[in-house]
Amino acid sequence: MPRHPLRKSLPLLSLLVLLAIGSLGVSLMTGSVSIPAADLWQLLWHDDGSVQYRIIHELRLPRTLSAFGVGGVLALAGVLMQALLRNPLADPYILGVSGGAAVAVLGAMLLGLPLAWHAPMAFAGALASILLLFALAHQGNWNTSRLLLTGVVLAAGWSALISFVLSLSPPMQLPGMLFWLMGDLGDALTPTLPLVVLLIGLILSLWLSPALNLALLGPQRAAALGVKIRRLHIFIYVLASLLTAAAVSIAGAIGFIGLIAPHMLRLLAGSDHRILIPGAALIGASLLVLADTAARTLIAPMQLPVGVLTALFGVPVFLLLLHKSYGERT
Amino acid sequence: MSRELLRVDNLALSIGNTCVTKHLDLRIEEGSCWGILGPNGAGKTTLLHALAGLHPADSGHISYQGMQLDGYSPKALARERGVLFQTELSGFPGTLFETVLAGRHPHLGHLGWESPEDLQQASRVIELTGLQGLEGRNTQTLSGGERQRMEIATLLTQQPHLALLDEPSNHLDPGQQIIMLQLLREHFAVAGHALLMVLHDCNLAIRFCDHLLLLKGDGQHLAGTTRELATPENLSWLYQHPVSLQQVDGNTCLHFR
Repeated sequence: MPRHPLRKSLPLLSLLVLLAIGSLGVSLMTGSVSIPAADLWQLLWHDDGSVQYRIIHELRLPRTLSAFGVGGVLALAGVLMQALLRNPLADPYILGVSGGAAVAVLGAMLLGLPLAWHAPMAFAGALASILLLFALAHQGNWNTSRLLLTGVVLAAGWSALISFVLSLSPPMQLPGMLFWLMGDLGDALTPTLPLVVLLIGLILSLWLSPALNLALLGPQRAAALGVKIRRLHIFIYVLASLLTAAAVSIAGAIGFIGLIAPHMLRLLAGSDHRILIPGAALIGASLLVLADTAARTLIAPMQLPVGVLTALFGVPVFLLLLHKSYGERT
Repeated sequence: MSRELLRVDNLALSIGNTCVTKHLDLRIEEGSCWGILGPNGAGKTTLLHALAGLHPADSGHISYQGMQLDGYSPKALARERGVLFQTELSGFPGTLFETVLAGRHPHLGHLGWESPEDLQQASRVIELTGLQGLEGRNTQTLSGGERQRMEIATLLTQQPHLALLDEPSNHLDPGQQIIMLQLLREHFAVAGHALLMVLHDCNLAIRFCDHLLLLKGDGQHLAGTTRELATPENLSWLYQHPVSLQQVDGNTCLHFR
């Protein structure tokens, strides 16, 4: 008899917790001033008035924890979008949430609004996109293939508008806009928000996870096994979109985390959402922490937008995962 | 005195402009096995979904164990009736064991993990359906017949009182058709349970079902015992094709000329 799903995956989940702690450690130790592991623990808890203490507490810890939160949130949003659309290739941006955010932020930059406005503008743009898509797809009967088609077209529309704004913008502003579009954690120094969003998202998704498992079997079967499928679809859409909106407004449209983290976990542990959700969140969080560490150290003192690294790293990894999962299928 | 598991009163059902039934009354008692026969497009699947509460009826009443359909929560209803659909393939990789275990969902608490008994139940029906050894297989790599047996195993894991099956013999070889229908009868044509299945093979229906519902496709229907209804006249009327009855090894067999 196969072993109990929870018992079977406990070792893996424990390993992922260790990976997450390890990635946080590496990120805190690495930078222009490297801090040895032996001192790190002391510096985390005791203010000795040193420069190292201030570097850790004012720069690295907030940014690292923000990366952790955003990475976890993106992985969660990816899992949810994939379950909603019953397509393992869906990512958090597939329905145009990030496009709406980008148009709003680029607009704000073009108008010269101060930095503090960018995150709220991004969130407002994402929210507008979520509502617009819902209104467009909800006329008549709500079904996910209609949602997907409408969302993909809406995303294409946003990206046309993004090109339009970019072509209007003065050259001085272009680098800032491109950094935002690629996804960048340089300004993300308030980790409380992404961490709270991650926690709430994790709790809600775990609560949905038994129903998500059934939703993968198809809407009819899920309904026959006791899931209120229409309500579930709307709830997943809203939750996944809000998580994406939160991540995008904090760090821009960082790609591939929402695609790769769930995929890695599916290969390692199957598609049971009760395992997949915490596992993917841990992998996504660790990946983004490591990617961001690389983004700020690889060509120091210059910084790369972290989205460039997740994409550079994401494409080959994704191809590898795809190859591996097809290899196992035959 | 056997109980009524499903009671249908004055049901009217249509798909677009096609009338499936105008005034359907049905009493499905525990221990019985019903077959639904009818030509293509007569609305057999739609009727099955309506009885399962998954498709709205135009008018009429459907009740399970004396309680109206809309009085049930989705989860409570999933303990009353289970449905075997014509294959709707998931785009997602998942293992055969996970899929069969999904049948336990209506019996779990909200965040409940499956108990060892649930796992045992899934393993037992996997063995009964001859799928042992395939537990870890990705469902997308299963053959049509294996997938159909997995669907049957999921329904057996669910253990509903009434099983509603849409062409359970699909994709099965002739030997497996008999084995699976026997298995379904052993589990559902017993005290406290019943089954109702859409079939295309009239000979299987006559062999396994004690009651028949003949859906003509224009709103007319006949319902009753197989003994009464399985006549060449009725079946010729139903399919608009000449039919004769023959006796083979003591079994009644239909021959479509």
